[in-house]
Amino acid sequence: MTINASKDLYAAVPDEQGRFGPYGGKFVSETLMAALAELEVVYSNLSTDKHFQQELDHDLQHYVGRPSPLYEAKRWSDSIGGARIYLKREDLNHTGAHKVNNTVGQALLAKHMGKKRVIAETGAGQHGVATATIAARLGLDCVVFMGETDIQRQALNVYRMKLLGAEVVSVTSGSRTLKDAMNEAMRDWVTNVDNTFYIIGTVAGPHPYPMLVRDFQCVIGREARAQSLAQTGRLPDALVACVGGGSNAIGLFHPFLHDESVAMYGVEAGGHGISTNQHAAPLTAGTPGVLHGNRTYLMQDSDGQIMDTHSISAGLDYPGVGPEHSWLKDIGRVNYVVANDDEALRAFHKLTKIEGIMPALETSHALAYAETLAATMTPEQTIIVNLSGRGDKDILTVAEIDGIVV
Amino acid sequence: MSRIAGRFQQLAAQRRTALIPYIVAGDPSQDATVPLMHRMVESGADIIELGVPFSDPMSEGPVIQQAHERALANGMCLSRVLELVQEFRKSDDTTPLLLMGYANPVMYMGYKAFADAASAAGLDALITVDIPPEEVDDINAQLQRVDMDNIFLVAPTTPEERISRIAAGASGFIYYVSLKGVTGAGHLDMEEVTQRLAAIRRHSQLPLAVGFGIKDADSARAVAAVADGVVVGSALVNAMAQTLADGGNSGQAIEAVASLLGEIRQGIDSAAS
Repeated sequence: MTINASKDLYAAVPDEQGRFGPYGGKFVSETLMAALAELEVVYSNLSTDKHFQQELDHDLQHYVGRPSPLYEAKRWSDSIGGARIYLKREDLNHTGAHKVNNTVGQALLAKHMGKKRVIAETGAGQHGVATATIAARLGLDCVVFMGETDIQRQALNVYRMKLLGAEVVSVTSGSRTLKDAMNEAMRDWVTNVDNTFYIIGTVAGPHPYPMLVRDFQCVIGREARAQSLAQTGRLPDALVACVGGGSNAIGLFHPFLHDESVAMYGVEAGGHGISTNQHAAPLTAGTPGVLHGNRTYLMQDSDGQIMDTHSISAGLDYPGVGPEHSWLKDIGRVNYVVANDDEALRAFHKLTKIEGIMPALETSHALAYAETLAATMTPEQTIIVNLSGRGDKDILTVAEIDGIVV
Repeated sequence: MSRIAGRFQQLAAQRRTALIPYIVAGDPSQDATVPLMHRMVESGADIIELGVPFSDPMSEGPVIQQAHERALANGMCLSRVLELVQEFRKSDDTTPLLLMGYANPVMYMGYKAFADAASAAGLDALITVDIPPEEVDDINAQLQRVDMDNIFLVAPTTPEERISRIAAGASGFIYYVSLKGVTGAGHLDMEEVTQRLAAIRRHSQLPLAVGFGIKDADSARAVAAVADGVVVGSALVNAMAQTLADGGNSGQAIEAVASLLGEIRQGIDSAAS
């Protein structure tokens, strides 16, 4: 396939079946089909409803704290000596990551649908915290599913969710990480579909989730585009974002897709290295298949079983990726690359020391690649990196790797 | 006529309800599966539903999830499941066999390759839990090419206009999922099941089987009074797992399934008389 930058190309996905080219769709059990159809209708009506948009904008401004700044990382850029790097500061959002843009939106949908109970899956805990936060504010019952392995490595976020009044369910099936948490959330949803809204945290799951999560996250790219024009007088030359499920990346990329001059890089988790098979990089080293309701690139074995993944960051530790990314890869609009665990760690330390900004380990993957990319570019060029989350939650992980007892 | 259609016709003539046990291929071991299938036929099974293990069985409750995990740990894979089907067929050419699984292993093998291999092995039908009618065209074309039934699910949440669409593309029988939830959940509402089956019958002449939440002779009897087939899964898998957990061997685990299945058979037949 070739790149066709016509407006229709990007606006035409997903189609009515929820497909992005051959990806996406609705691969779920029959019990959930009616709930998805209802959600499609509700979202279709509300997304064009002026009052709903005003309500959402109000929450984003006064509760989340938007717009988030576009910050020029001068010392970091100087240290590299290539392109100027700007950070889109999603870490400054309420709850410390981009995740809240989506939970605010979906919780409003739940409210309009009269659902009193919300559920969510979480890996690093950022989406769980963002969901528990908005549930507390709206007075909704909240249950968060989290793999047992992740509960151990993200103890702080688990406690945060409990403080916010959410029930955190430890998932002990399969690999006990994000994918298993999502399985368990689907099982809960199929059981309690009448009164429960499932707030999916990334641009995956069955249609219409990849579309509506994208739409809620696009505020990142819309702001960044306007801020870039205002601050530098031009569009950036490149965008860089980390990709687990891919919601922060699609949020940054999507409003720029028509801007042909803007190159885009989605950075997957290379773990111990692609050649070791211990990574979480389906776009780089996987093949298409069906998981969690959509067709997309997956890490799977020769029998179509989903493989265990590895990443230093729980939020990227997922064997699939949002279907729109699979499509953007195939049509060549976005470049998907990897950063390994140790590269991400180095970037974590560097940004913390040189800019006084402590990034999440997920985000650190994007920073690691941005540094490599910037070095190949000139000081007249600019890069926007999505600083998708702050790193407080990862301090204990980093300390343990560095052999420090906190 | 397909084995499934033939079996339902034969049972209808005898005024009997089909008993359809479900086990996961490769649980508790690869070697136990075919002997267990034959023993289930001896104990009153009319059709056998063989679960294809998957790493992420999203519609299953804990009992069957663990069976999937055990089977995968035993090295089970889709091509091996088809070999077991072929092995079973060597000494039983009449009992209909259907596979129940998830989309990805079948998709990975390739719909065409699967249809060819499954048909050659002697398989009669396929249920893929996560391929709803909206996504079914590609696989259906391949299954129809080899005269294999694709069994559709209808759920408590399926609106009536959708039932009519599902019925239009269905063959073999229609599988009614008796509750909102995962396999092995325990809150069967017979009044609702009865009403829903009546709604499906307004749109289809096909036999109706009911599964999810049937665990013993009593619940099987209640369902048999209104359905053409009764699917029992978690209770059997659990009987097997419990026997092994209590120190029993594989033969005893098979007998535990046979014994429970025999009771359920009696329950079903008492509903008919």
